[in-house]
Amino acid sequence: MTNQPLLEISDLVMHFRTSQGPVQAVDHVSFRLNPQRAVVILGESGCGKSSLAKAILRMLPNNIGAYSGKVFLNGTDVMSLGDEEFRRSVRWVQMSLVPQAAMNALNPVIRVGHQVAEPFMFHNSAQRKQAMELVKQMFHYVGVPADFISRYPFELSGGMRQRVALAMALVTSPSLVILDEPTSALDLLTQSNIMNVLKRNKAELGTSYILITHDVATSSELADDIAVMYAGQIVETGDAEAFFGQPLHPYSKMLMASVPRLRTDVEPDFISGQPPSLISPPSGCRFAARCPSRFDKCTLEPPSAIKEWRTVKCWLYQ
Amino acid sequence: METSNATPPTLSIRDLRVWFELRRWGFGHVGDVRAVDGISFEIRPGEAAAVVGESGCGKSSLMKTILGLYKPRTGSVYFSGEDIHAQGRKSIHAYRANVGYVQQDPFAALPAFMNVWQILEEPLIIAGGHNKANRQDRIRQVLEEVKIHPIEDFLPKYPHMLSGGQLQRIVIARAMILKPRVIIADEPVSMLDASVRVEILRLLRGLQQSHNLSFIYITHDLSTVKYFSEYIFVMYAGKLVEKAPIGRMLRNSSHPYTQALLSATSDPEAMNARVYKEVPSGEPPSLVNPPPGCRFHPRCSKCIHGLCDVQDPPEIHLTPQHQVACWLYSQR
Repeated sequence: MTNQPLLEISDLVMHFRTSQGPVQAVDHVSFRLNPQRAVVILGESGCGKSSLAKAILRMLPNNIGAYSGKVFLNGTDVMSLGDEEFRRSVRWVQMSLVPQAAMNALNPVIRVGHQVAEPFMFHNSAQRKQAMELVKQMFHYVGVPADFISRYPFELSGGMRQRVALAMALVTSPSLVILDEPTSALDLLTQSNIMNVLKRNKAELGTSYILITHDVATSSELADDIAVMYAGQIVETGDAEAFFGQPLHPYSKMLMASVPRLRTDVEPDFISGQPPSLISPPSGCRFAARCPSRFDKCTLEPPSAIKEWRTVKCWLYQ
Repeated sequence: METSNATPPTLSIRDLRVWFELRRWGFGHVGDVRAVDGISFEIRPGEAAAVVGESGCGKSSLMKTILGLYKPRTGSVYFSGEDIHAQGRKSIHAYRANVGYVQQDPFAALPAFMNVWQILEEPLIIAGGHNKANRQDRIRQVLEEVKIHPIEDFLPKYPHMLSGGQLQRIVIARAMILKPRVIIADEPVSMLDASVRVEILRLLRGLQQSHNLSFIYITHDLSTVKYFSEYIFVMYAGKLVEKAPIGRMLRNSSHPYTQALLSATSDPEAMNARVYKEVPSGEPPSLVNPPPGCRFHPRCSKCIHGLCDVQDPPEIHLTPQHQVACWLYSQR
């Protein structure tokens, strides 16, 4: 493994403007991802994990408030690039996205083969004939029958549409693919099939992933590293082995305890209370109100403590 | 369930078939969607059964038929020994007060223009027999049971003011308000966050036990089933392929489809990332033209050619309570 990380994000901020004030969806997020690794961003709905994906790919909504920070991809600062430059040389060339509910993200009036070919034709200035050859290979690779190329999205099942969306993200052979809840709308067996494709792709082509999900059990299928997000901030990062063995942050601990398990007889627990509003989050630790081990210091913003290659944003580890 | 249990079943489903007719241009029969194709089971008071299956396997059609929303093509649903369709609309009306329904998506299940009070009062008005003071008492009682407090604060609230977990509690309160004897819950936690799921499942389990309710829990998530029900029924392409008590199902699952489902369910462990899962390829069959013989045979790795793809598998009793519809076990 090289010393240079594939992706390094530091202090990324993305706020939305609303009539009630700025929504701090992504608030000073930092993490790094090494080549050929997969990092899982774990978090509950509304914690800002999908916004983080949009912030990394610079797919900004109209009501964007603050947007700052540094994103280094293969050593270049992509935040300093202009929009057009970013579109030409980064988005879908070096990193691509499989959107949430990818099954509904396809254009209903264009044949799926043409949709998958389009990014390749655009970025590699290829002819359609050449692109369709590649699409055929991609379809074979992700497990879509070759004769589906000339079908429309409505003629495909959910699992097949998800595979098509995956083929579209992989067709330009990017080094990083961001997967936003790629399997949450799918059936169990289809989910496992797609996870197998993702694993094979990582092993054979060396693609890195950022997997964004709320499903802890499924996330373990792909995870090398874990980053836990709560209320717009990353509260813990670490190696998957260490994290699943022993989570450190009180939120991660409770989140892991809330996962029902099939093979062991531990009674799952739940986290009472609700995550704070991102419009006016509490000062200090954002989890303090629900945390069983809070103490006086928690009213102050906790620093990120580093403990054996893991970071925890919690006063307990100071 | 075939054991001679002293208590008669609350709900008994016998050879139920729910087919939807396909018509071309609005007339002319061109086939049937066989959503539910020959399903039988019984549930006694205080028992919870989970129906597990993938989307499109017919579990929602089964549930809607049990709720009395669809009429079966053949077979019947018996509630306390009586066919719910026997006396037409009147018997269904009376039956509906006895079944509660917890919808999958709490964000869509509640009317946006009614507040909590109106939502909970409406079933009481429709069922009749309650005066205003009665209704008020019952609403407070049920909200206490679903652990919504302070009650006074919630009564005037509209659905958009509540979180997912709170909405699901209101949905449960609405299902409970007429004191039903059966509750049907259709993926009650799949739309909720992981940290809230367990809380809602525990609430449902608590209500089921304290009121001695019969419970049908429809889900695709096997890992939650263990904490919730006594029996699992596994459904595939309109048929029940395996029925067993929960502990036995997890240890001795017999049908290849059940085994595939169990092995596809992962526990959060880091080693998962290093292994590939053995998953049957392909997709569930069309319910219009299901494959002959066992419906799982095109995807089954243990398929016996000349048998599984020709003849319907028999239902085999491995133990009095454990039944499997698979040719692999017919020699016993």
